Amino acid sequence: MTPAALLRQLAQIILALALAPLFAGWIAQCRAWLQNRSAPPLTQPYRMLRKLFAKEVVLADNASPLFRATPYVLFGTMVLAAAIIPSLLTDLPFARVVDAIALIGAFATARVFLSLAAMDIGTAFGTLGARREMMIGFLAEPALLMVFFNAFLLFGSTAFPNLVERYTRHPSLLDPSVLFSAIAFVMVLLAENARIPIDNPATHLELTMVHEAMLLEYSARHLALAEWASSLKLYNYVCIGFALFLPWGIASSTQHGLWVLPVSLAALVCKLLLAGGVLVTIETLSAKLRVFRAPEFLAMAFLLAVLGLLVHLLLGAA
Amino acid sequence: MRTLERPFPGTDTALNILAACLLLISFAMLSRRRTQRLVTLLAWQGMVLFVSTLLVAHSSGRVEMYYSAALTLLLKVIVLPLILHYLINRLGAQWDTETLVNIPAVMLAGLVLVIFAFGLAQPVSVLATTITRHTLGIALAVILLSFLMMITRRKAITQVIGFLAMENGLFFAATSTTYGMPMIIELGIALDVLVGVFILGIFFFQIREQFDSLDLHHLEALKED
Repeated sequence: MTPAALLRQLAQIILALALAPLFAGWIAQCRAWLQNRSAPPLTQPYRMLRKLFAKEVVLADNASPLFRATPYVLFGTMVLAAAIIPSLLTDLPFARVVDAIALIGAFATARVFLSLAAMDIGTAFGTLGARREMMIGFLAEPALLMVFFNAFLLFGSTAFPNLVERYTRHPSLLDPSVLFSAIAFVMVLLAENARIPIDNPATHLELTMVHEAMLLEYSARHLALAEWASSLKLYNYVCIGFALFLPWGIASSTQHGLWVLPVSLAALVCKLLLAGGVLVTIETLSAKLRVFRAPEFLAMAFLLAVLGLLVHLLLGAA
Repeated sequence: MRTLERPFPGTDTALNILAACLLLISFAMLSRRRTQRLVTLLAWQGMVLFVSTLLVAHSSGRVEMYYSAALTLLLKVIVLPLILHYLINRLGAQWDTETLVNIPAVMLAGLVLVIFAFGLAQPVSVLATTITRHTLGIALAVILLSFLMMITRRKAITQVIGFLAMENGLFFAATSTTYGMPMIIELGIALDVLVGVFILGIFFFQIREQFDSLDLHHLEALKED
């Protein structure tokens, strides 16, 4: 591993850390505009983080070390994921070593820790949130895997850099199966990131919470880290979407020169702005589903992903 | 990798994508509860059919395919959805929701049907020579899915919509294997479908008058007399 490669890797991680709260702020802003409210500033999530980091931690009496360790685990796994996913450039030492399946493993680790921590204190809402999260998770994961399998079949590799590079090299290779996987992926993204058809991120009603219910007992820096991790998770998912379906602008390892990075950064920012708008539009147009409808929604996602595979086998084999 | 030595290299990909859209719409129809949404989806299905017929006409250079595309646009995108919307409004069924058999189960059954259709179409598409031959499996799947929709739904209107969707699938199968049917047959089918919808519309009113509901479940009571 050369120092230059390490530097690139670090730059991408720091960029992800910086952009994730901004992306969350952008989504909040778009949402406010669409609902005819005056929007909070773009840097609102940062102010929130600063406020939370300055506060004193309040812990429940029966909190175990697991409860205190979980925010760091969450944050760590999300940073690891941000290091693997090629959002800015593909020539990353981490991404060459770890493939997309390990990435799902990282997300699963975060989910298990968060659910255990939510049940650790023993409040009713924490347990309720954890159970719902596990139900959504076990349905969303196979759908995400199927989406990945389709991409693997299409481009013959399980490593993200190879996927992105082959896609950018053959832009004419628009396979019909990509259509199905893209829709399935958006559904998984909405479900995994506590977005509206499954969970309302802005809710104040404990009975309908899923993700928020698990964070109810956290305060101060623990809460700040958990919030930052969840904004990073959304950013990571959106970046996976870019890598699989909109890879244009990501600098490949064959490109050299100083002008490459600004161009790919500009492309990334444009895509993020666009993705935020699309996400908010979907959220504004749809109503929150009952919890018992969530399996139906995710079964649909899984089905679409499998259909994508089938369509690829039928049409793409020619 | 697709072969690209044809005069219009994009046509092949575009047709495949349109076929995929058709399949997607079929699954969306299978999962909807609102009757009105189903009509909108049916109109979209007609639109996809229109575009794909136009593409096939353009790439195969057959003039009668253009007529067939125009007929599709007129009948399936404009007239039939309008009639169905009118019927739904007159029957007061706008906000009707149907209680379905467990949707994920229906979806899984649909998936099995798609696999079956693909397997069935594989030997046929090997023999065919048209540029759309790979889409035959999808056309068959659309037909079978519409069948499934007719079986799982109980309201009369949704069954008619399933029937029309099946006709769309048949039409797509015809264009994908043989560049469409002869003009006279196509005109005959179009007229049949139109008249069929009119007659079924009259039936709806009769059924509702008799049973105060469009649920075909009530018709089973007639057997005992």
